[in-house]
Amino acid sequence: MSDSISLAEICISAASKAWKDDGEILATGIGLIPRIAAGLAKLTQNPDLMMTDGETYLISEPAPMGKRDVSYDQVEGYMSYSRVFDNLWGGKRHAMVTPTQIDCFGQTNISAIGEYNSPKVQLLGVRGFPGNFINHKNSIFIPNHSVKTFVNGEVDMVSGMGYKNKQLSNGKFEIKVVVTNLGVFDFNGTDNSMQLLSLHPGATVDDVKLNTGFELSISSETVTPMPSEEELILIREVLDPQGIRNSIFGE
Amino acid sequence: MDKILTHEAVINDLSSGMTIGIGGWGARRKPMSLIRAICQSDLKDLTLISYGGPDVGLLCAHKKVKKLIFGFVSLDMIPLEAHFRQSRQNSEIEVMELDEGMVQWGLRAAAMDLPFLPTRVGLGTDVLTHNPELKFVTSPYSDEENLVAMPALNLDVALLHVNKSDEKGNTQIIGPDPFFDELFARAARKTFISSEEVVSTQELGGKEGAIFNRFERSLVTGVVHSAFGAHPTSCAPNYGFDMKHLKEYSDAAKSFEEYSSKYMNKTHEEYIDSVGGSEAIKNIPLPQF
Repeated sequence: MSDSISLAEICISAASKAWKDDGEILATGIGLIPRIAAGLAKLTQNPDLMMTDGETYLISEPAPMGKRDVSYDQVEGYMSYSRVFDNLWGGKRHAMVTPTQIDCFGQTNISAIGEYNSPKVQLLGVRGFPGNFINHKNSIFIPNHSVKTFVNGEVDMVSGMGYKNKQLSNGKFEIKVVVTNLGVFDFNGTDNSMQLLSLHPGATVDDVKLNTGFELSISSETVTPMPSEEELILIREVLDPQGIRNSIFGE
Repeated sequence: MDKILTHEAVINDLSSGMTIGIGGWGARRKPMSLIRAICQSDLKDLTLISYGGPDVGLLCAHKKVKKLIFGFVSLDMIPLEAHFRQSRQNSEIEVMELDEGMVQWGLRAAAMDLPFLPTRVGLGTDVLTHNPELKFVTSPYSDEENLVAMPALNLDVALLHVNKSDEKGNTQIIGPDPFFDELFARAARKTFISSEEVVSTQELGGKEGAIFNRFERSLVTGVVHSAFGAHPTSCAPNYGFDMKHLKEYSDAAKSFEEYSSKYMNKTHEEYIDSVGGSEAIKNIPLPQF
């Protein structure tokens, strides 16, 4: 099976490593790839992770993508929105999210594009980003690595704080990893600059530089590790048996 | 004590310029029959506080909104709310955009009759840039940390939709997530409820039922019996959200005329018939997230 590994599967495997050393916290993957990745993390890297059914209950096994028979969910606890807020204000969470814009400071935007008082494009609103980024660790998945996403200068509306304000977070701010369609990155370059950790097969350093609106360091040009046989089986047969992941890159 | 009211009686108790908090979350358990009644009234210049969904969008489409205090507006499965977006992009409404936890904190401060509650949330973001009225407070303890003083969000009125109520205003939210409805009720001078069912106190289910009583009846001013009153939003466990309708509603942002003539300016009963009738709504499966 490994000769037909998809980009989505490579991203899921890479992203799942984000939660490896987190211990017993709430893992939240928002969106298709982050959600499968969080599930894979729980089944491989870190079985102590807590996870919800996507709504209100903590369940023992990650919920597979697509329609499922929820009567098979092994409910182990309760996680209403109110309790999610309580949990995250205490810092016991690591979310993976997909902002519309991200800048060289790791600041993120899901609020609005353009001039704030009459935005060109109104998005969701800051939602929980201000609280998430100041209270707990986050990771980022970007399916379309481009200068529109990795912007020059600062994001239009800073929704999630960045490294330039790290001192305000009582030591809790961290962007653990950024996974894109081109490679894997973090913000552990000089002065918390974004750095390339690995390239997905076929992607080049030039692709990355051309599609990033700010300077980034190249810490490594190695190729992102392929998912293991075990990971592929879990992704394909347990977490996403209907292959919904393939829609993300049109694979 | 009988708190049972009609939709019209609730509207008569509201006035233009009020600050109204709306319960529910996104496309879930919104008091939509009350929202439609506002849309059909002369009320205007409202300030809304909401974990926003089609409640916010529909009021924006009817030009009822002066200011929106919010963290997000979303239809859940349709992530972006087209009517709200249009109002924002056309600069038709003022906004106070906050983290969703800051909204909770503001409601809690109001609920506790405090001027503010401190938080780190908002620091390092443009929430502060765009809300210059937000002030800071320095910890009086040795850490001397500088924090955001999230001001109380005091409401004139809260509008909430629940599964069950008696005529005294003993309400029950049976869906798994009560969201922040309790805080809206506590932050408001008056709370009006729309309820799927109105039952006798004996029929509330005794001790087991009382677990679902999320706030006490002294907070409730009036109760409107509104079966399927959350449509097109969901009201677990009774019914899910009406995706087909939400799609039609969303598409109507381009031209509202047709949607309006099909579904607006009707009594609640006429509205329910216009969207397929109570049997059809009852059969809408609960969403899976």
